[in-house]
Amino acid sequence: MDGTIWLELVIKGFVLCFILLTGFAYLTLYERRALARMQVRVGPNRAGYQGLLQPIADAVKLIFKEELTPAKVYKVVFVLAPILTVVPSLVLAAVIPLGTSFVLFGRTITLYVANLNVGVLYLTSIASIAVYGITLAGWSSNNKYAMLGGIRASAQMISYELSLGLCFAIAIVMGNSMNLVDIVNMQKDMWFAVTQPVGALIFLIVTLAEVNRAPFDMPEAEQELTAGFHSEYSGMKFALFFMAEYQKMIVISMIAATLFFGGYREFWFLKDTFFSVDQNWFLGPIYLLLKVIVLLFFMIWIRATWPRIRYDRLMAFGWKVLLPLSLVTVFITAAGILLAQELNNQLFIYSIPVLSIICAMVAVGLIYRGLRRKSDGRI
Amino acid sequence: MTSDLIVFLVLSLVAVAAALGMVLSRNAVYSALFLVLNFVTVAIFYLILGAPFIAMSQITVYAGAIMVLFLFVIMLLGAESLAPSEVLPWQKWLARGLAFALIAELIYLFWNTRPEIITTPGLVVNSMDSLRAMAMSLFNDFLLPFEVTSILLLVAMVGAIVLSKREKAGQK
Repeated sequence: MDGTIWLELVIKGFVLCFILLTGFAYLTLYERRALARMQVRVGPNRAGYQGLLQPIADAVKLIFKEELTPAKVYKVVFVLAPILTVVPSLVLAAVIPLGTSFVLFGRTITLYVANLNVGVLYLTSIASIAVYGITLAGWSSNNKYAMLGGIRASAQMISYELSLGLCFAIAIVMGNSMNLVDIVNMQKDMWFAVTQPVGALIFLIVTLAEVNRAPFDMPEAEQELTAGFHSEYSGMKFALFFMAEYQKMIVISMIAATLFFGGYREFWFLKDTFFSVDQNWFLGPIYLLLKVIVLLFFMIWIRATWPRIRYDRLMAFGWKVLLPLSLVTVFITAAGILLAQELNNQLFIYSIPVLSIICAMVAVGLIYRGLRRKSDGRI
Repeated sequence: MTSDLIVFLVLSLVAVAAALGMVLSRNAVYSALFLVLNFVTVAIFYLILGAPFIAMSQITVYAGAIMVLFLFVIMLLGAESLAPSEVLPWQKWLARGLAFALIAELIYLFWNTRPEIITTPGLVVNSMDSLRAMAMSLFNDFLLPFEVTSILLLVAMVGAIVLSKREKAGQK
């Protein structure tokens, strides 16, 4: 390894962090404006043109806010918790390919920080680490509401991580690799979201729960827990939690785009035209950005329209609906691909979406029946 | 090679310190956190040895899932601070004896092993092939142990559910 490789890695890391931080700042504005539109309001539009300077004003406010450390907190963990929440959300993005590669000063520069062979496993391991920050924040605040929020968050994240892992398995089976670059390249002919729509849908639902977004935002349900796990945090420490949540939204949308929506690739029917990333490398990041913006819009839309799910129903939904359904979809996907390979018959590939949609409809029908019956709090 | 050695030395210091911290700290939550740190350093050791799959599963399974459950239980029970419980008198001496036996065994092992035996395993490491090779041997050669393990885990899970159910029925 010569020095320039190190330099390249450091620059890429900085650029990635810069992208995520800017993305976080403007995602807050995007969310506020979009929510305002849906609620027939205007939203913040005073600072700068159409409110474009609003994130900077917010940041300045948060930095200069007084920071309180309550007297009876467990100090070390109290300080550690926001850091433990932010770092995984930044580190996750390292394996996500943003595009193909380009040549600069005779060097081929690839548009990803790390090209891991076990990329998908890396994502699961970092995602499982990410629970700590919130749990510890809840515990170290030494406050009943915060504690309840932290416990809810960890229970919810552990429960939904199982379905998340199975969705990763679907992408691994379909991409025939754990390397995210390979998975993206396998989607040249067809996005996985088309071949396995149920898998993509489960992934999107589960990620909402993983980042504690509405309608799964029980850990910070204002009506019952004041502000949940970050009740005792103020100033910059609170800003870190805020930042982590929005960065996780961005990163998880990037992962969803990479695993199921073709990553930095164009639409499959544009693959041999001018719009292909194989012919113009600079289109890669643009495509990914557009996909992320669309996925984020869905998250905001859901927040604007859906009420919060009651906690026991949330757990029941995770364990009794999503987990069995994702197990079945993994089975259908693997069996379809294996049969297509062994019998050399592409027809089996087409059976994957049909069968999995039938299973999903059965699941929806069962939920509907369960809710129609006199419910005793279970789905 | 020297950079590997430096990383190894620093990491082993951290690992030992984390292990000691885990045993010595009086607060169960701190103990759990030290244990997480220890697991993460062990995972980095696996990475240095060229076994990324094991490293990542170590973090996912141990540092992620299992330790989060530990923390969860500690917090739910409010068992953070250890009360000075009564110590069994013979337990201390038994523990000391066993610890000495373990140390003696380790020393014997190190003195009598030629260094060329302790090398990195000669498998296909550092590529997707290693993953595939592992999966092949797991699901072909070791299929029976794998299935037996999974049934064992299933039995444990069912047992836990049965136990908790019966308690609830007794309360009613």
